[in-house]
Amino acid sequence: MRGANAALGAAGLAAFLALGEAVPRLGLVGEDHFPPTSRIAEALGAEVTDGAFWTALGDTLTGWALGLAIAVGAGIVVGVLVSVVPYLREATASTIEFLRPIPSVALIPLAVLLYGTELGSVLLLVVYAAFWQVLIQVLYGVQDVDPVAEETARSYGLGAWARIRYVLWPTALPYVMTGVRLAAAVALILAVTAELVIGAPGLGARIAVAQTSQAVPEMYALIVVTGLLGLLINVGARTVERRALAWHQSVRGEVAV
Amino acid sequence: MRGLLLRLVFVLALPALLVAVWWVSSAGSEDVYWPPLGTILESFPDVWTGERWRGDVLPSVLRLTTGWVLAAVAGVALGTLIGSYRRVRAVCEPVLEFLRAVPPPVLVPVIMLFAGIGDTMKVVVIASGCVWPVLLNTVEGVRAVDAVMTETARSYGITGAARLKDVVLPAAGPQIFAGLRQALSIGIILMVISEMFAASNGLGFTIVQFQRSFAIPDMWTGILLLGLLGFVLSVLFRWAERRALGWYHGLRTAARRSR
Amino acid sequence: MLDVRGLRKVYEGSGRRTEAVRDLTFTVAAGELVCLVGPSGCGKTTLLKCVGGLLEPTAGEVFLAGRKVDGPPPGMAFVFQEYGRSLFPWMRVGQNVELPLKQKDLSRSRRRELVADALASVGLADAAGAYPWQLSGGMQQRVAIARALAYEPEVLLMDEPFAAVDAQTRADLEDLVRRLWRERGITVLFVTHDIDEAVYLGERVIVLSASPTVVREQLKVDLPDERDQLTTRVAPRFAELRTHVYEQIQAAKRGAGPVRKDTPPPR
Repeated sequence: MRGANAALGAAGLAAFLALGEAVPRLGLVGEDHFPPTSRIAEALGAEVTDGAFWTALGDTLTGWALGLAIAVGAGIVVGVLVSVVPYLREATASTIEFLRPIPSVALIPLAVLLYGTELGSVLLLVVYAAFWQVLIQVLYGVQDVDPVAEETARSYGLGAWARIRYVLWPTALPYVMTGVRLAAAVALILAVTAELVIGAPGLGARIAVAQTSQAVPEMYALIVVTGLLGLLINVGARTVERRALAWHQSVRGEVAV
Repeated sequence: MRGLLLRLVFVLALPALLVAVWWVSSAGSEDVYWPPLGTILESFPDVWTGERWRGDVLPSVLRLTTGWVLAAVAGVALGTLIGSYRRVRAVCEPVLEFLRAVPPPVLVPVIMLFAGIGDTMKVVVIASGCVWPVLLNTVEGVRAVDAVMTETARSYGITGAARLKDVVLPAAGPQIFAGLRQALSIGIILMVISEMFAASNGLGFTIVQFQRSFAIPDMWTGILLLGLLGFVLSVLFRWAERRALGWYHGLRTAARRSR
Repeated sequence: MLDVRGLRKVYEGSGRRTEAVRDLTFTVAAGELVCLVGPSGCGKTTLLKCVGGLLEPTAGEVFLAGRKVDGPPPGMAFVFQEYGRSLFPWMRVGQNVELPLKQKDLSRSRRRELVADALASVGLADAAGAYPWQLSGGMQQRVAIARALAYEPEVLLMDEPFAAVDAQTRADLEDLVRRLWRERGITVLFVTHDIDEAVYLGERVIVLSASPTVVREQLKVDLPDERDQLTTRVAPRFAELRTHVYEQIQAAKRGAGPVRKDTPPPR
């Protein structure tokens, strides 16, 4: 059954690549707009032998990882704090609801002025976008704490720190993992955006250069790389999530936010 | 009455405090990049005149909604098709996973090759970025329609269009709406950056113009307006979602209470 | 009315073959209420889904009023055990009951009439505007029954419909089914794992063997037509019948060979 599915998937992928080869070859679209698969593969081959490509990849990953780490740390700390301090949840609700939907790309001009094309620009956008993903999931997770478990912990005289450590954190963990997975994907989008639009060094900037110099196959090759990177991040985050929650009896559904 | 008052305090206290802090700390600021909040608010009506609303804000919003609606229709239609057939799903899954993983902003240069730099380009960029979350969520929602519901429909001879309209799509509704919501935030990002890349009007274009000409307070009003737009769209979306999925929220509340 | 001949169902999946139903033959006369009981896991649900046209049998045939069943026939209504998943949570009670009727060629006023009548006869005339999840489990199952009634089926198939409700509600629902059956003269095939329920409800009880399933015994229930929870359940004849069925099921679990006896045990 699984083998059959994998075979069908491979067939689908092959058909997709073949279509990418055939459509420009048959002249359905211009080759200068849409190079055939083989041409993109060639350009990709040239990229991976170029040291500058690996530097760009490293830059993108640095911005992504650093931004994600800051956002996750801040999201967890703020989320737990807001949940455990009395009345803070109610008092912050309206502010969070207002700030969360603000598109982080609105900060692009500010980032340009403050940091130019440095890493700071990337971090500003990545952290702002990823932070909310984590925070919201932490808040949902803490809300899910079973009141009976909380009462039990209280009745045995567990202090605030112990209650966070043994009751709140284990309950919220699956939600936190979901938040991290969502944030990881969003962080990549914003890292590439910052590079593409602002020109901070990285894959996005390389794409912009390829575009302005009319190097179309190279541009496609770089886009494929960002897609593979995204795929790797998605699969990796899902694997980590499953590993970390192997002890958990229920595989929780994502909270639709 | 007292409860209502208390709630109002909770809703307003922190925002008021934050604005006050911003106001006070930026008052008399000499820093070019951080003008006093008073200056920003003063220049807001001067910057966002009726002409700007017509010439920049409206086109942006129209591009966004057109692209988003196109993505919604295409995503739900294709997602229903793919989600309904196990084999089709198996064939498409790896390709879809890859296409979803491509960060949507990199589509901008590609689509510029095909569609130039006009409104079509922006709408296509927005639609082609928004379509993936809708598509994949629809696939997942349609795939996961409860087996008992499917059999109930079958045993009562509910097939074809009626099955789609009354059973499959409502059952997948919560998932579809989650996808539409993700699509909306991606759509705003794409709207802004496609206008920053190449445009002669629109919110993204205008804000970058302000920044390039060092009209900093004006730029700040643009940032505020963009934030406001994001907020308003999310409120509208939530209102629509509450109306369409009232049953789902009721069901979840009922399930939680009986737990 | 319902004629099951040589029914066999084998599940095939990833190299494993499971024979759920081996060979089943029985008939249900028009207007009869027949209960199917068997040890747990004996393929009762599989059997009922084959009868209802939801599953394709590996061999054998099912006839409804002389016509072969291949796919869900319009003259049959199904009531599932999982009422919470069988009712559509996005529709109000009235819409749930009305939905199957939209497939039939009926006028709007006729549909309204059928919905109102069906809801009234399960005692939920006031609940048409509520959502299913606002109701208790027993009320939800009543809605599912009302939906089946409004469909005006010749045969009503019920798959352990009361397995998930509490004991008191269950007694009420059993009486409801008895009453509706007598009032409306529909043919009912009722699957249950509860021996008391089978004897209390049925005109006839078909005892199934353990899987792979065959008919172990067909037993006529010679209790009076008027049954009620108080007197029927303490009647000596009820006790005899239930003891007999109980022994048969125990024997079936042990895997003892079937003793086909189509007569009631001696008094």
